[in-house]
Amino acid sequence: MDALATYALRLGDDSLILGQRLSAWCGHAPALEVDLSLANVALDQVGQATHFLNLAGELEGKGRDGDDLAFRRDVMDFTNCLLVEQPNGDFAQTIARQFLFSHYQALLFEQMAVAKDARFAAIAAKAAKEVAYHATLASDWVIRLGDGTDESKARMVAGLDWMWRFADELFLMDDVDAAAIAAGAGVDKAALRATWDARIDAVLAEATLTRPAPRRATAGGRIGRHSEHLGHLLSDMQFLQRAYPGATW
Amino acid sequence: MSAVSAISDVDRIRAVLARVPDPEIPAVSVVDLGIVREIDAGAVTITPTYTGCPATIAIEQSIREALDANGFNEVAIATTLSPPWSTDWISDEGREKLRVYGIAPPPKGAAAASLKNQTAAECPRCGSSNTEELSRFGSTPCKALWRCKACAEPFDRFKCH
Repeated sequence: MDALATYALRLGDDSLILGQRLSAWCGHAPALEVDLSLANVALDQVGQATHFLNLAGELEGKGRDGDDLAFRRDVMDFTNCLLVEQPNGDFAQTIARQFLFSHYQALLFEQMAVAKDARFAAIAAKAAKEVAYHATLASDWVIRLGDGTDESKARMVAGLDWMWRFADELFLMDDVDAAAIAAGAGVDKAALRATWDARIDAVLAEATLTRPAPRRATAGGRIGRHSEHLGHLLSDMQFLQRAYPGATW
Repeated sequence: MSAVSAISDVDRIRAVLARVPDPEIPAVSVVDLGIVREIDAGAVTITPTYTGCPATIAIEQSIREALDANGFNEVAIATTLSPPWSTDWISDEGREKLRVYGIAPPPKGAAAASLKNQTAAECPRCGSSNTEELSRFGSTPCKALWRCKACAEPFDRFKCH
């Protein structure tokens, strides 16, 4: 794959893996409203993944479509960031992941929506509307849990503590990003950081929480170096195509 | 030229599509919802409401069947993402149909800026504005769950988008 196809693949993988993670809550969430919310967010993410992965396949030009890319690649070929593959944990840990990621995705898509490349811009403009809802949902819950009972606060702190070390990777730039920007499709992610920090801090303040202490960041997802969690996720998500290669509806 | 042939193919296609119901909310048609973006004699252009809306595939199938059943087998269906679908495209007739069906229609022209400061929905059953949001995410991607404090009935509200 060339750089632009890889760029689309990374966007698609982020959405796909997060969508799969959130889907696991369906039928298990703490309340019916939360169950519906997480399922809706998962659906949006899978929808975005479909568009970006189809685009990646089209740019690659080898006849692979979004389904091929989702279900017929092994773990080292996935290019999602490490944050989205982190385990759901309890509800607060899931919300912590969503909170950090949705605010990043909102900023990313707002910028990409005005990119020169109409294919990327069209998907981003559509997804930006959906992600605005996700960011609001996650922020509301961070506030409710953080400024809630001793128990909910302790869990929210622990959830943020787990996810925090994966935040830096969201804003890392490499050759693929540079090539995508040169091609009129990419976004300078590093430049989003200051706004992201401000939005995160504003919500944490309202939630009576403070940022977790800085720690050594972990990265590598973009080049296929994943945590042990992703393989387990794929064995579930890809079961059908692994057991019955090429099966269709 | 007879009066009948004066009705263009485009108008006939529009009439056919106006009878294709949305699979999730059959009270409204795909035209009412603003899913149909463009009609010409060779192609119908549609746009999805939400990127992951499962109804998208069903909608395309229903449109295909309706076109075929009315002799428009040669008319292609194209899908476009841009500009992104907005609830502002739901027609006035569509809004009224939604209300009668029990779904509060979305406020008009407010789609962009209304996330945080949503105006109160009007209860589709009793008309009261004394209502509250229960959950921003409802039974389908396009709906939020609300409750009327006057008649105590829960209801769906079409989300601003």
